Amino acid sequence: MAEILDLFAGVSPEGAWTVTQVTRRARAVVEAGLAPLWVRGEVSGFKAWQSGHWYFGLRDRTAQLRCVMFQKDNRRLPAPPADGMQVFVFARPTLWEEKGEFRLTVLDLLSTEAGGLWQVAFEKAKAALTKDGLLDPARKRRLPRYPRRIAVVTSPDGAALRDIIAVTTRRWPVAELLVVPTRVQGDGAEGEIRGALALVTRLQGLDLVIIGRGGGSREDLWTFNHERVARAVAALPVPVISAVGHETDVTLCDLVADLRAPTPSAAAEAATPDAAEVLVDLDHLGARLARGLAARSGRVAERLDRGFDRLTGVLERRLERHRQALAGLAGRLDALSPLRILERGYALARDEQGRVLKRVAQFPPALPFRLRVTDGTVAARVMES
Amino acid sequence: MARAREPLNFAEQLERLEEIVRRLEGEELDLDAALKLFEEGVERLRQARERLTAAEAQVKQVLADQAGNVRVEDLDG
Repeated sequence: MAEILDLFAGVSPEGAWTVTQVTRRARAVVEAGLAPLWVRGEVSGFKAWQSGHWYFGLRDRTAQLRCVMFQKDNRRLPAPPADGMQVFVFARPTLWEEKGEFRLTVLDLLSTEAGGLWQVAFEKAKAALTKDGLLDPARKRRLPRYPRRIAVVTSPDGAALRDIIAVTTRRWPVAELLVVPTRVQGDGAEGEIRGALALVTRLQGLDLVIIGRGGGSREDLWTFNHERVARAVAALPVPVISAVGHETDVTLCDLVADLRAPTPSAAAEAATPDAAEVLVDLDHLGARLARGLAARSGRVAERLDRGFDRLTGVLERRLERHRQALAGLAGRLDALSPLRILERGYALARDEQGRVLKRVAQFPPALPFRLRVTDGTVAARVMES
Repeated sequence: MARAREPLNFAEQLERLEEIVRRLEGEELDLDAALKLFEEGVERLRQARERLTAAEAQVKQVLADQAGNVRVEDLDG
């Protein structure tokens, strides 16, 4: 009831209030009478102070409100609002006693621009990355077929890491997963992720990087929309698979990565071949190896055959020459053959026993004999002398 | 560089194997060279198969110590 007494006290000069009493009282009245509420208006005179606090006016056609948004509240926002922007603020009406000024302490701020502040900040960062060619599809690198060292940048205790480990272990026993732990959301996550990515660049013999997190709200994913995180991802020396966003929310990190996977499990599948399939490939290679050698030795055998052919060719040619020489000899011999003499019209007489009859005395009357002429034998008999 | 002395990793091993098969299939080789390649191919095939069937994926954790040195240690669990 002391306050009621105070009110009475102010009605006379003797009971005059101090300035501080009035502002304190006014503040109490305002805060008691106006609970935190959503207010809609246009931003004007925006100023971000060194301290990180934001000061701006919120106005409509006829009135204006002073607003402050403290650093602890505005750091969750992707970007400051611009003058002239239509916004919704969730704010606690209060009175700033030092200046006796009525104002709103803004706790949250949404832009009415398409997609809000998030979209504005996203488009701005995306434009900067595009300008530097970091979103060029030609930049995308091919993933290694048989990766060994795979760095995984993610939260050490999230489902994302468990899924990646499970899928990789099942599919690709050759892999060595190097987990680079980092927070993926909340205050300071951006710096931690960039630190993790810097660590990745120092790993030796790395084949591939997976950066990922499980599902989350748009705000949760925001860390991966920071331009500096996206640039760090783009600068990695080996191919990167990003499994950060969702079907509906693509992050800048997804856009600069060499491959975007819808989930951490899908990222691990894209990163690794299936060992069972590679074993089948090995079987095929083994078969080709065997066939290759068989064909090769076949070819060598063929060449040996060709060698034999050449050898027999030489021999045959030599034989042929001999044959011709023999034929010449045969011709000469032929000339001496009795048959050649018969050919010239001579005849050879033989008796029944085959004896050659050379003299008249060998031809008694009526003796049967045979005459060999060039084309056959004629039966003959000696006439009466 | 130290890495050059390391045994071939799986990808390099398979690349070499594919190269051997291609040479055996394509090139004019004498029987001796072909046999040598074949033997190397069989050995690489055996090693690759062994890696796929005997090995188990390793999971490690990368940390930076206060001096900024990279430390790789086994991940528990």
